[in-house]
Amino acid sequence: MRAVSYVRPESLEHAVQLLRITPGCRPLAGGTDLMVMLHAGSTREQTPAVLLDVWSLPELKGVRRVGDMLEIGAAESYTGIIESPDVREHLPALAAAARTIGAAQIQNRGTLGGNLANASPAGDTLPVLLAYDAVVITDRRTIPIDRFFTGYRKTALAPDELITAVRFPPGRDVKFRKVGTRAAQAISKVVMAVSRSPSRVAIGSVAEMPLRAAGAEAALGRGDRTGAVRAVADDIRPIDDVRSSAAYRRAVTQNILRELIDALPSR
Amino acid sequence: MRFTLNGRPVSYDGTGARRLLDVLREDLGKTGTKEGCGEGECGACSVLIDGKVVNSCLVAAGQVAGCKVVTVEGLAAEDGRLSKLQQAFIAHGAAQCGICTPGMLLAAHVLLERTIRPSADDVRAGLAGNLCRCTGYTKIIEAVLACVP
Repeated sequence: MRAVSYVRPESLEHAVQLLRITPGCRPLAGGTDLMVMLHAGSTREQTPAVLLDVWSLPELKGVRRVGDMLEIGAAESYTGIIESPDVREHLPALAAAARTIGAAQIQNRGTLGGNLANASPAGDTLPVLLAYDAVVITDRRTIPIDRFFTGYRKTALAPDELITAVRFPPGRDVKFRKVGTRAAQAISKVVMAVSRSPSRVAIGSVAEMPLRAAGAEAALGRGDRTGAVRAVADDIRPIDDVRSSAAYRRAVTQNILRELIDALPSR
Repeated sequence: MRFTLNGRPVSYDGTGARRLLDVLREDLGKTGTKEGCGEGECGACSVLIDGKVVNSCLVAAGQVAGCKVVTVEGLAAEDGRLSKLQQAFIAHGAAQCGICTPGMLLAAHVLLERTIRPSADDVRAGLAGNLCRCTGYTKIIEAVLACVP
């Protein structure tokens, strides 16, 4: 394995500058994905030459109000998200999703910025972000979440762009459900977040990237639960893999969509 | 780079990109920290960083600069007397092959510190990131609950 170097910037400004001028530089937060890839010598992408440690930058931590939005720092841990009174009150589905990620060890290190940048189709917070119409804030722009994922582990981010925060509109009722092999330490077979108004059906682990189910959303928008459950089977593109089969994922997707719609308040 | 290991100041001059797990075991002699899966699934390499339980295979060594790190070697008293929790693990037969035990002890230590009168379910949730292939968990949960005042 090629030697990888490590840099800890003094500030967000310094981090952004280093990321722009350093070849092969990759932001490192809690390391729950990146450290695994580095050690395994994963061939999926080029090994970074430099790790830029943004984990302890105060600018990327915390939960705060920005206008009428709730903003969560890109390097805030899932534990910090779960313990935030603002998240519990305004984004309970996000707190619910964070509680299903790994267990204490992973929740103490995993971050929203990492979940986004890694862009796994099974990322547990990603359907929640889609259902809330979250906005990704970077060092240079804002990206609506429905334009963030562009393909299998591909995002709209430029190579030298740093996610700094995620913003959420308050007051939306979102329901969340994850199905895995066990309650903790499981990668999702299906993970879903649903809102009635506006109509959002967002699902992970059923396609090459987290997606919004357009047919199901249209039916749900008309108040047609049966139609939404029927349509969602055609909205998704599940595959057979080590964790599950396409047939199982399709059946479970329909079942949990029905369950989540029933759990939502009627309009 | 300096940090505190089991209450004592230590320094590390190698690359910050190495895994904390490897630095603890190979450079600092703390072989109580075990490597299981090496990908954050099993919890065998659990250590405490500033009082939080983390998998040391997922931490870059540079990230602990200025932090307080505790490994299983830091749970016993200076004179080697085992902690109440460690004694309970022995008394209840909560260790078999022993690979998961250091991580279990650290996760349980934090759980007992942070939860007032934890229930069996609290213990299960607190130890959910630590896999054991020997005990079936029952003895471990009993040992932790025996330390609840």
